[in-house]
This record gives sequence, C-alpha cells and structure tokens, in this order.
Amino acid sequence: MLVFEDVTKRFSGAAGPALEGLSLTLEPGGIVGLFGPDGAGKTTLLRLAAGLLRPDAGRVVVLGHDTRREAAAVQGAIGYMPQHFGLYEDLTVQENLDLYADLQSLPHPERPQRYAELLRLTALGPFGARLAGQLSGGMKQKLGLACTLVRPPRLLLLDEPTVGVDPVSRRELWAIIERLVREGGTTVLVSTAYLDEAQHCREVVLLREGRLIGQHRSAVFTAPLAGRVYMVPAGEGERRALQRSLEGAPDVLDALIQAEGVRLVLKEGGAPPVGAQPAAPRFEDAFVALLKPAAAGALPAAPRAVDPPSDGEVIRVQDLGRRFGSFAAVKGVSFAVRRGEVFGLLGANGAGKTTTFRMLCGLLPPSSGSLSVAGVDLRSAPAQARGRIGYVSQKFSLYGNLSVEQNLAFFAAAYGLTGARRKERLSRALCEFELTPYRCVDAADLPLGYKQRLALAGALMHEPDILFLDEPTSGVDPLARREFWQRINAFAAAGVTVLITTHFMEEAEYCDRLVLMSLGEVLAAGTPAQIRARAVRDDLPHPSMEDAFVELIEQHEAGLRSAA
Amino acid sequence: MNTRLVGLMRKEVLQIVRDPSAIAIAFVLPVVLLLIFGYGVSLDAKHVPVGVVVDAPTPQTQAFVAGMRESPYFDVREYGGIAAAREAMQERRINGIVWLRGDFSRRALTAGDAPVGVAVNGVDANDARILEGYVQGVWVQWLAREARLRGGRLALPVELQSRIWYNPALRSRDYLVPGLIAVVMTLIGALLTALVVAREWERGTYEALMATPVSMREILLGKVLPYFVLGMGGMALSVAMALWLFHVPLRGSALVLFGSAALFLLAALGMGLLISTAAKSQFVAGLIAIIVTFLPAFILSGFIFDIRSMPEPIQVITHVIAARYFVAILQTVFLAGNVWSVILPNGAALLVMALFFLGIVARLSRKRLD
Repeated sequence: MLVFEDVTKRFSGAAGPALEGLSLTLEPGGIVGLFGPDGAGKTTLLRLAAGLLRPDAGRVVVLGHDTRREAAAVQGAIGYMPQHFGLYEDLTVQENLDLYADLQSLPHPERPQRYAELLRLTALGPFGARLAGQLSGGMKQKLGLACTLVRPPRLLLLDEPTVGVDPVSRRELWAIIERLVREGGTTVLVSTAYLDEAQHCREVVLLREGRLIGQHRSAVFTAPLAGRVYMVPAGEGERRALQRSLEGAPDVLDALIQAEGVRLVLKEGGAPPVGAQPAAPRFEDAFVALLKPAAAGALPAAPRAVDPPSDGEVIRVQDLGRRFGSFAAVKGVSFAVRRGEVFGLLGANGAGKTTTFRMLCGLLPPSSGSLSVAGVDLRSAPAQARGRIGYVSQKFSLYGNLSVEQNLAFFAAAYGLTGARRKERLSRALCEFELTPYRCVDAADLPLGYKQRLALAGALMHEPDILFLDEPTSGVDPLARREFWQRINAFAAAGVTVLITTHFMEEAEYCDRLVLMSLGEVLAAGTPAQIRARAVRDDLPHPSMEDAFVELIEQHEAGLRSAA
Repeated sequence: MNTRLVGLMRKEVLQIVRDPSAIAIAFVLPVVLLLIFGYGVSLDAKHVPVGVVVDAPTPQTQAFVAGMRESPYFDVREYGGIAAAREAMQERRINGIVWLRGDFSRRALTAGDAPVGVAVNGVDANDARILEGYVQGVWVQWLAREARLRGGRLALPVELQSRIWYNPALRSRDYLVPGLIAVVMTLIGALLTALVVAREWERGTYEALMATPVSMREILLGKVLPYFVLGMGGMALSVAMALWLFHVPLRGSALVLFGSAALFLLAALGMGLLISTAAKSQFVAGLIAIIVTFLPAFILSGFIFDIRSMPEPIQVITHVIAARYFVAILQTVFLAGNVWSVILPNGAALLVMALFFLGIVARLSRKRLD
C-alpha cells in the first residue's frame, strides 16, 4: 500500500533532517495512526506520501507508484487532507464539493448519489448553501474531509484532522473515518496529537526527530508497562498536592491527575506507593515512557508567593453579555473565581469562550452585565485591572523575528519594568522557564512547546496575580503539555489565580472548578466531579469528562432546537 | 473541455464575484484612475501667475504687457518694483518675473536688442520650461506687431510656422487617458493575479489542490483564463470611458487596439504568476507587484514622461518594461492611426515578453512544496 525505503528529507535552513533513514511498510486496510512529539516529521512524512515533496534519498512507493516519477498516478488514487485544509471560504459547501468533484473528474451521473452520501455522513446536508467561511471549526474539518472523499480514495492521508476541534466534532470525525474503512475498504494514515485516538488505530507508527521509534499494534507499545501503571485514589481537593509530591518521587516516571485520583507510571523496577491500585496501561503511558527525556522530571522552580492566599473572590462576573450586531456571542454568563484557583472555561467551537476572555481582560467592552477583576470594575478602570493580569492568547503573540531574550525584554518594557527589577525579572524568566539555551534563537524557530513557554514567561513578566490562558495547549504535544501544567499548578500553589480554556477534556480534570459553555450560555458550573455527575445515566454510570461534555452540549442544543 | 479546468475556472469566477477586493482592483480602481487623469491631472500650463515689472511705462511696454494679458497662458500681475516681484516669487505667489527695464523702448526700436529680463521659478522644471517658451512667443509676436506698425517687416532670419499634429489642441488628456489603459491592465494582470495566487498559498488551498490529480498546467490555465477575461473587461471599460466620457479620438482600428492589449495582458499575467511563485504571502506579493510592474508602468512606460528625455541608463531599463511597448501602440492607435512601423515592432516585443514570462512560469511551477 505504502512503502518508505530508507527515506531522508532535509529542508534548507533547518538544523537537522526532517526525516532520516526512515523505512516503513503499510499493509492495506484499517486505520494507522502516526504519533510523535512536535517536530517528529509527521507532516513531512504525509507530504512525501502525497507526492508533494520529493525525498532527498531513498524512495517512496504508493500503491505501486514511485512518487518521484509517477506523482500524478499517486495523486489520482489517494486522498490527502492537509493540516489546514484549504477550503475556499467564499464558496458555499456545495460549490466546494463541486470543485473537488471536478478536480477528481467524478462523472456527473455519479455525483448526486455521492453528494447525498457525503452530506449524510458529515451531517452537512442542511448547510449546502452556506459559505464555507461561515462554518464552525468542526464543520469546516468535516467539509474538508468530504471534499477529500468525493471520489473514494484507496489510501487516505489525514494530517491532524482533529486539532482545534471540540470533542463533539472530534467524535463525529472519527465516526466518519471508521465508517469509511468499514464500508469502503479504504486504508487511512492519520497523524494526531491526541494520544487517546490510538484506540481507533489498527497500528501505531511512532516517530521522534525524523526517526522511526516503532510500528506496532498499540498493545505492543503498552506491553512493557504491564505492572508499572497504578492509580492512587484521591479526593478532588487533594489531587494536585498528591500529584506534586508523587512527581518528585524517585520511582515515578509520570504522574497525572485523573477523575478518580492520580495515575502513576513507575520507572522500571519501581515500587508503587501504599494504597495504589494497579491499572491497565494505555498508549499515552507508553508514549511518555518512550519519549520523556531522561533529564526531565525535575520540577520547575516554584515562583515567589504573591499575597498570602485568602478566600476572596478575585474575578466576579454577573450576567455578562456581548452582542456583535444581531448575534449574541455571550448571553448572561455569571461565575466567580477565588484566589489561587485554577478555573476552566470549556465549550465547543463558537461557544463564546474567547469573547468572554477578551471581556475579562478588558480588550472588549461588554454589552451588558458587570464584571470585576482583582476588585476593579473593568468598565471604569480597565487599565488599572490590566496591570494585574497576564494574558496568553491562542496564537501566543510573539515577535517571530526577535530572539527569545529580545521578546522578553519587549514584554518587560511594555509592562514598564526598569532598572534592577527589569534585569532581575529577565534573568529569572530565562532561568525559571529553562529558556537560557534558546536565549538567542528567534521566536519563530522555536519548537511549539518552547513558544508556549516563552509566551507564558512574557505574560508573567510583571508578576500578575491573575493569569488568563486562551487555549494555551492547542496543538502542543503531550510532553510539553505535561510540563506546562506542572508550571500552572506551581503558580496556583503560590496564590496566582489561573483562568484557562482548553479543548483537551482530560485537562479539565486539572481545574479546581470550571464552567461549561455552549452557544454563549453557561450549561454547567462546579468541580469536575459535579460536572461529571450531571451526565450519569443508567447505561453510563461513570462518565468521563468528555462523555459529560458531549452529553450536556447535545442536550442543550436539542433543547434549543425543540424550543425553536 | 476537461472538467478539472472547468471546475477551476468556475471556482475562480465565483471568488472574483464574491470578493469585494477583486472587484475593487478590477473595476473601481480603474474608474478612479481614469477620472483623476481625465479630469484632474493636466500637464498643460495655463493661467500661470507671472509678475511683470515695468521700470518706465511707454506705449511700447503697454503693448507688450497687453500681449501677455491676452494670452491664455499667463495670469499677469504687475509690480511696482523688482524687489516686490522677487518677494512674491519667493513666496511662490508667482512662477516667473518679466522685467522691462527703463531703456526697453529706446533699445527695442533702435538697436533691436531690448533686454527683457525673465526670471523663472525652476522648482518645477516642467512648468519652468513651458513658461520660458510662452514668454518668448509673446516677445516674437510683439516684435512683429511693432514692425508692422512702423510699416516694415520684422527682419527675423528664421520665421517659425509651427503646426501641431495629432493633438492640435494640445490636450494632455488625449494622450494620458490611452496610456492609462496600460496601467489599468497591469493592475488586473499582474497585481490582482499575484495577490490571488498568494492568497491560495496563505489559506492552504494550494496544498489541497496539488494533492489532487489536477495538473500544474490546468492550475495555471485556470488562473490565466479568468483573469484574462477580467483584464480585457477592464480594458474595454477604460476604452469606453476614453471614447465617450473624455472624447479621446480613436484614429486607428479597434482590432489593433484589442489585439495588442491581449498580448500585453498575457505578459502582465505571466509577470503576476511569476511573482506568486516566489512570494507566497499576499503582503510580499502585493509589494513586489507594485514595485516591479505597477510603478514602472506608471513612470517608465512613456505614459507620463517621454522615454527619450530620460537619462541613458534609465532608457535601457525601459526596454524590459512591457508597458513601454503597449503605451507606444496605445498612443499611436488612438491619436495617429494604424502606423504599422510603430505597431509591428512594439507588438512583436509584447509577443516576445508574453511568451517569455508565461514560458518561465510554466517551467518554474512544480506540483510540489519543496
């Protein structure tokens, strides 16, 4: 089906090769997952397979065709969906489908039936006349997939199709892909940053720094971890402290907060702590065990404590609303956040999270309601409130052509730091975030995880007591995400209040409390356990956070539809 | 016709229709430029404010000043002394001074070498030269009349009998508006095309397109054909405005006009596509297109400034500017007629440039990302 023979690919300007001496054979049938940290070469591998890149050494054979000489034949038989699938946003859903049907030379008589199938599969039927640019993120991905599938391909290449997509749309996308394999006999090679998606895959290909680590069934990856994975039960309030203490233990490779407590992966020969119950290893444990750098595990230095922790509410939001023209992006949202809390804002694409965030940061005036941050009414004194908050936006807002040090110096200047304090904050930021080795590297050339660290370091330059993080972990690999949360937890322990949005449902478990938003409204608020409890049904006695999310949002949307 | 190409072209047309910026560049901008150049910009000097200083008024000086007042080119302001006139020129209230000294009448009639002091503000070199010429014209007319009054003939060794061909009224609009057509077509052919291709790179639509069985030739044709039609539309609009709004005469054949326009447009499309193979962001593509196609079409094509009066090295450079050949054809076909000795060599140059740029684009475009 797909054969890589000793393939090497370099890009001019890059330090090392993107792929080096990679050999790989894919048997027909089923779904094969492509996993690896940022910069492992996943996208390069898929582009090589699609004939869009030419290998520097070795050869790539797809369905019997060499991509170097017979790229056209390859492209006639495969479907490839790039990471940012290029939908024509000023064309409607139907026009995009028509275009790809033309490009794939699908005969006209076959079209009505194929369109009907695809629209049913993707549930996009009612939106045929809508411009692609006006679809939600999840719907765009589904349309991209539909366009790729207009003529059923024998091999389907998908580059991170579920990144930035909410859990509801993510489930739908996977349902489509699985159905395709079952009914159409298509072989699928899919790269993803969601490790739990390994469960859908017949086989897993694991890459690191352009080299193949392994290609097996996911059970083969997890087999060495038998007997090394445990669950330490803990109540909701104690999980974070427990995780911190376990993380530092010499026998522990990885400690992760989950619904019931803290999940442990032990080093080889390590002994479990008292009270720990054995658990079944999953692919994520194997991923961490294989790829976690040996040096890591050292805790980042705890930041200085801010004001002594107290129970005061630092953010209070009452009946907050925001309209854009006739569209209500946020409708009557209320919640309060206590000092030192990690507070999550969850919701599907388009739920109003980012709009709420911008209002909290004083970047967008609310249309109605009141909100105070750090005891200051944002409507009357936004500048004063802004001096006490740090904000990391979805896109990290770094200057790509400035070095790490220059970016930090800029943030320091922007927050008005001078003299000895500025110097001290700069050197502490470099050291605290372990950015010293990268101090002279341009921000644009940093790996994604380091970009995220740098953005966080910049937002903390003026030692704010409230931190706003808008999807800081989107697209960041699991290892970098773990490290990120270690830092967040350390801040919270030091009394910094953290408000965070995320698409990763397991990250919702790391929050003390959270609100779940849909279509501009708050559906549920409370601790993770309280939210999970709302989705308990007879057939689902222990719903995960993701189950709860999907359940509550579907209920809400169905309620709205029946009301309308 | 093949369905892939039809699909690509249909997509392009839908995008043009729905994208306000494409409509703006293809239709609104040309109309604005034509209106500005048709009504607003004039390179003729008329009613130029000129100071006149007469040291000793006599009937002769009065006749001379009256001659200047009759001329439509001057707006005469008299000053009592040269000092006041100088001050007025410094403050840019007047563009020149004509100074008739005290011995003007006597020397004019006896020695024939009466001094008229003419000082011209050379800050605007173009205006200055025109002004100088006009004053001389008034001076010669005055001499002739003085001679007639005294019953003789002016004994000038050479008598000028000038006639202005092709544009007898010397309306600068008549040659600016045809030349502007080249600028308008550069906007659509090079700038707009470079921008829309760069936009496809930016939005990732090209990557998805390239992974389909469509060939590079089809992708390129799918861009060239729709924008060719759009460019010819912009050209037809400009010609219509030139003929019926600005009453520029069309003395040559419309066939030559549209034929040469088609060649020029192909060259411009080639340049636009070439830019987009190198510049994959709209910002960079736009800047490059403006600097290497739009500005040269404006400045170095002979549309405003005559190429032969440019410095030698710049003249050499103009040979690689496609607009230069097209402007030469445009001005000839509109104002002079089908002058084949102009049309053929310039048309051949356009053909060569069109083939050159489209050929390079076809060679350089690969269906690959590296």
